[in-house]
Amino acid sequence: MRRFLRPGHDPVRERLKRELFQFNKTVEHGFPHQPSALGYSPFLHLMAIGTRSGAIKLYGAPGVEFVGLHEENNTVMQIHFIPDQCQLVTLLDDNSLHLWSLKQHSGASELWEDHRFTLKGPPGSPPSAAQITAVLPHSSREVLYLGTESGNIFVVELPSFGVLEDRTITSEAVLRWIPEDYCNRRSCELVEALQEHPKNPDQILIGYSRGLIVLWDRQNNKVTHHFLGSQQLENLSWQRDGSKFISCHYDGSYTQWPVSNDNRQSLPLENLVPYEPMWDIHNGLPYIIFQGGMPRASYGDRHSISVIHGSQQIAFDFTSRVIDFFIIFSSEPTAEFDDPSAMVVLAEEELIVIDLKSAGWPAVHPPYLASLHCSAITCSHHVSNIPLKLWERIISAGSKQNVHFSNMPWPIDGGTNIAPDPPQRDLLLTGHEDGTVRFWDASGVCLHLLYKLSTVRVFLTDADPNDNMNTMGEDEWPPLRKVGTFDPYSDDPRLGIQKIYLCKYSGYLAVAGTAGQVLVMELNDEGAEHVVDHVEADLLQDQEGYRWKGHEKLKTRDGPVQFEAGFQPFVLVQCQPPAVVTSLALHSEWKLVAFGTSHGFGLFDHQQKRLVFVKCTLHPSDQLALEGPLSRVKSLKKSLRQSFRRIRRSRVSSRKRRGGANGKFDQGILQEMELAPVQRKIEARSAEDSFTGFVRTLYFADTFLRDSSRHCPSLWAGTNGGTVYAFCLRVPPAERRMDEPVRAEQAKEIQLMHRAPVVSILVLDGRNIPLPEPLEVAHDLSKSPDMQGSHQLLVVSEEQFKVFTLPKVSSKLKLKLTALEGCRVRKVMVANFGSCKTDDYNENDLAVLTNLGDIQIISLPFLKLQIRYPCIRKEDVSGIASCVFTKYGQGFYLISPSEFERFSLSTKWLVEPRCVVDVPEVSSNNHTHSRSVMENASRKSSQCLFSVTFPFPGVQEEVQVTMEKMVSKNYCTQYSMMTCKFFKYCSNMERCYFLLKKRESKKRN
Amino acid sequence: MIGYADVHGDLLPINNDDNFFKAVSSAHPLLRVFIQRQDEVDYSNFGTNTLSRKKKALVTLRNDNLRRRPHINISMPHDFRPVSSIIDVDILPETHRRVRLYRHGCEKPLGFYIRDGTSVRVTPHGLEKVPGIFISRMVPGGLAESTGLLAVNDEVLEVNGIEVAGKTLDQVTDMMIANSHNLIITVKPANQRNNIIRSSRMSGSSGQSTDSTASHHSLPTSHVLQNFHPDEMESDEEADIVIEGGLEPQHIPKLHSLTSSSLSRINGSSLSHRLQRDLVLNNNSGRESNGSIHKLLSSLKTDPRHSLVIPRGGIEEDGTVITL
Repeated sequence: MRRFLRPGHDPVRERLKRELFQFNKTVEHGFPHQPSALGYSPFLHLMAIGTRSGAIKLYGAPGVEFVGLHEENNTVMQIHFIPDQCQLVTLLDDNSLHLWSLKQHSGASELWEDHRFTLKGPPGSPPSAAQITAVLPHSSREVLYLGTESGNIFVVELPSFGVLEDRTITSEAVLRWIPEDYCNRRSCELVEALQEHPKNPDQILIGYSRGLIVLWDRQNNKVTHHFLGSQQLENLSWQRDGSKFISCHYDGSYTQWPVSNDNRQSLPLENLVPYEPMWDIHNGLPYIIFQGGMPRASYGDRHSISVIHGSQQIAFDFTSRVIDFFIIFSSEPTAEFDDPSAMVVLAEEELIVIDLKSAGWPAVHPPYLASLHCSAITCSHHVSNIPLKLWERIISAGSKQNVHFSNMPWPIDGGTNIAPDPPQRDLLLTGHEDGTVRFWDASGVCLHLLYKLSTVRVFLTDADPNDNMNTMGEDEWPPLRKVGTFDPYSDDPRLGIQKIYLCKYSGYLAVAGTAGQVLVMELNDEGAEHVVDHVEADLLQDQEGYRWKGHEKLKTRDGPVQFEAGFQPFVLVQCQPPAVVTSLALHSEWKLVAFGTSHGFGLFDHQQKRLVFVKCTLHPSDQLALEGPLSRVKSLKKSLRQSFRRIRRSRVSSRKRRGGANGKFDQGILQEMELAPVQRKIEARSAEDSFTGFVRTLYFADTFLRDSSRHCPSLWAGTNGGTVYAFCLRVPPAERRMDEPVRAEQAKEIQLMHRAPVVSILVLDGRNIPLPEPLEVAHDLSKSPDMQGSHQLLVVSEEQFKVFTLPKVSSKLKLKLTALEGCRVRKVMVANFGSCKTDDYNENDLAVLTNLGDIQIISLPFLKLQIRYPCIRKEDVSGIASCVFTKYGQGFYLISPSEFERFSLSTKWLVEPRCVVDVPEVSSNNHTHSRSVMENASRKSSQCLFSVTFPFPGVQEEVQVTMEKMVSKNYCTQYSMMTCKFFKYCSNMERCYFLLKKRESKKRN
Repeated sequence: MIGYADVHGDLLPINNDDNFFKAVSSAHPLLRVFIQRQDEVDYSNFGTNTLSRKKKALVTLRNDNLRRRPHINISMPHDFRPVSSIIDVDILPETHRRVRLYRHGCEKPLGFYIRDGTSVRVTPHGLEKVPGIFISRMVPGGLAESTGLLAVNDEVLEVNGIEVAGKTLDQVTDMMIANSHNLIITVKPANQRNNIIRSSRMSGSSGQSTDSTASHHSLPTSHVLQNFHPDEMESDEEADIVIEGGLEPQHIPKLHSLTSSSLSRINGSSLSHRLQRDLVLNNNSGRESNGSIHKLLSSLKTDPRHSLVIPRGGIEEDGTVITL
């Protein structure tokens, strides 16, 4: 009857739960998946990136970021900031325009979508007539010019998006001013570019795709100048003083045109093809920067942007397609030329900023938007609360790697970060397919690369890291220079990192990889050359008749190897057969490292550099494990599966952001897919199943393994077949540590009858607190564990949580997850939750991620389900597999190959962006964007939104929505004003919200 | 005293090979077996057209074979090891069947597959197609098939008292596997002709569901598993096996070199040996009976040729690959 007595009816506990747990997705780290548009506001110093799934992300100074999502989830095609405003306009691929603005709520800015609009052509015209191709926000901030496919240019009013029909610039009107012979040959075609004259806001430069360029006077509605280009136009750019502009063309040429008052029909000043072999040096503008322009035949696959400055020319060669770029200027408004200080390039897979001030034009190290996926992420490991000493050493090691970066401060510095300083220093370590481990500062909103460790040097690989690279000769033409770090092609998949374990107190790091390699490293502040000791661990031992058909082990480099400052490996343990290392544990106090594969596990003493023991966990009938997951046939299967998964992953992540009508459609498809005739075998697990010997978890504990009077060091291992092995260890005291061998002896073997894979093992001390990490007590960071009371063993399998007594392993308590809910444990971690109300209260619970993507919090030691949150979609296999929990109730998972979503389960530890964008006062005329709620509400426009500040974020959103609804229903502004006031003076939030709802429903009735 | 009901509904004894096989071969798909205490047996009840009348040879069933010497009391129920049963007949609608499969210790595979499908439900809006989970295949020789209580295209409604509506195929698979030691599935049989008729004197083969003359035709599917007590299940569940490795402390060979050749598997053979022994000790009674139960099960198959269990692996199908 136990299961009918569900927890959760105790009001005290319920209240406590509210004080402890809260689920929030707080920030997305990394590089946006599939970026599609870039915008920059020189006024706000903010950059905006749009994606193919309809997200827009604004970035300023580190820590200043905003995210918005278009409901339509369509690709963002263009982003334009309104000059001198906190507003921007986005154009989506469904031809809709969206106006966004940054508004301040309770001291922090937020990004809101104000208004949307779809341009309609004149009645009877084809739909392409209204297809927007170019957008120009006019500097008057009153109107937008919209160039269309038909060649007509429509003018819409801001912020209402009302079409000003009398101001439409039709192609016919333009052609009236053009010489007859030219008109006959070509019509205007679509509007390719719209540029406002830099000095005279009444003049607008219009470029049509066939090459015609005209200067339009918007006061007199006439063409003042026309420029008869003969090449297909790509883009236009003004010189700052308005005396010249450049047009660039499809054939790789660009042309400079003079604009003078006396000559109404200009002839080109010069026409240049930059990448023809015979190329003249010219003294024109200080900088000409253009994208592409390479001869297609030989460099069509390059993604280049060329910068020409005097005689200096470099073609920056990017690792992926260039989406767009912009230049940051630091010049005075009166200067004759732009004085570019930095070039910001958004490529498909990374953001590159080039310092144009320093000699050689070096890249700037970005503080955010890191390309997490420059080599595919294979695993991640989070370490909370790093001691300052280690933190500084890692930073110093990292700074030695970053010498080739520019010293320029980050040029995109809009907004102010007002978030409190992160409470502690956190490290996120990611292992990559190319054998590197990246150390990220995960303390705050900006995930920042601190240091990169490569394990490749230990091994001999086909691609020697010393050759190639920067061999480009001086005289090479075109002068290509590779920039960026994105490199998804791994030379050797065996180098892939599978498991990472860092001891934050001692600086020991253990890293294990795909080919059974386990490296133990130590932090060294200096570069050094030394030999890496090499030890083989034969996990099969005397088992006969097995043949490993998987990959071979990696060849090691003989002799001393040069290592740069940072983590330097001193010993390599090579598992035999060289299967993927599936579990790893390091005990820095005992100087032991334990590792497991699908064949067994071993214990290595890295002080004496001696293997202590190995244990084979194979069942004799398990042939699959023996052949190895990478045997030829299967590897093909696997790689196929992976590539499908990759495709799916990209689809999944794009679908993730799709809601509304599309969402329903997708659900229909999904359902159909799920009804396809797949069948599942119902069979109890047996000892003969495949991969039962697969070691899933390893755990060191100082506990009562043999008897209840003496505790001793122990090693625990859990397998895929539901077996737990416990070994009693004898570690000699420190003074004789080098003289006596470490001994191990098997003390226990537990076979769980449900045979589900063991995911985690944990020992709770006499006060039901999980045992502290090694050295934690020695560093006074944790109370020493209670060694008086009886310890308990918690075994978490995919299906059940089970508590056993120690030393006599008898079952005490269990929670059957799968039998009741049909979900299985994927990730589990002990997390400490503090109360947001009372400072001194905190408790340890289990944070659990299931295969359905739910997060559950389960109490310790009574294993009661506390709370459940849906977090990841269950189809998102890679998201679930990539999830890591932190020790303080936060977590990360991949939402795309390049982005981590950060979430928080805790009310106390919450890292989220909080920033403010102040509008520099614009001295000029008319209506600046109104900040005041009252003003806003009193204006008669129907789209006004007002800000009401609520202490609870969830409620805020809902009220916002409610308000929007009210506004759209044209409830009088007075009413809204009244509610606003009411809200302001009302302290009781919930009552307020309730009242609002009630009023709304009353209105409706 | 073992008897069975033949096609005409006559109660006939099972006391030798011949009438046993007759009983098996004539039973389609259910063999209704009656077990009565020796002293309560009213021999006059037995049909007259049995092949054998040797009443003296009437035997009670012991768990290790079918024949027993007369005048020995039937042993206590704990000596029996049920393999399957229909339960909760009295609370379920007639169209549903709740089957309990006991797997503990049994070497036999559960042996069935499930799939997604659609079923038609009567709702306030008329007939509606809803997704459902169905049995898609039976493994010949498996426990599921040998019970005769489950069949291909039966719709699965509940697993151990938890409704499967709204759950995915994978979730249901996981639930069934997690409960595989004692699986209770409520199905709506595809073939509704063999439903238990409540008014009949036969109350199914359930050991626990007693007389169910009261009819509850309109009763909807209940969440209560009447004959299933969680506590009982807990006790049913086999305990995890714990092997103490340190009974006679065994020192690992001292290793002075780094070569792996001098390493040996610690305790490897001795432990597995011990495990074997422990297993045997754990199920000392159950284990012995296993073999005979096997025989019983395999011969109970409706196949008249009484073929033995089809070798495992003869039919195999890849399950889903579970990514970790």
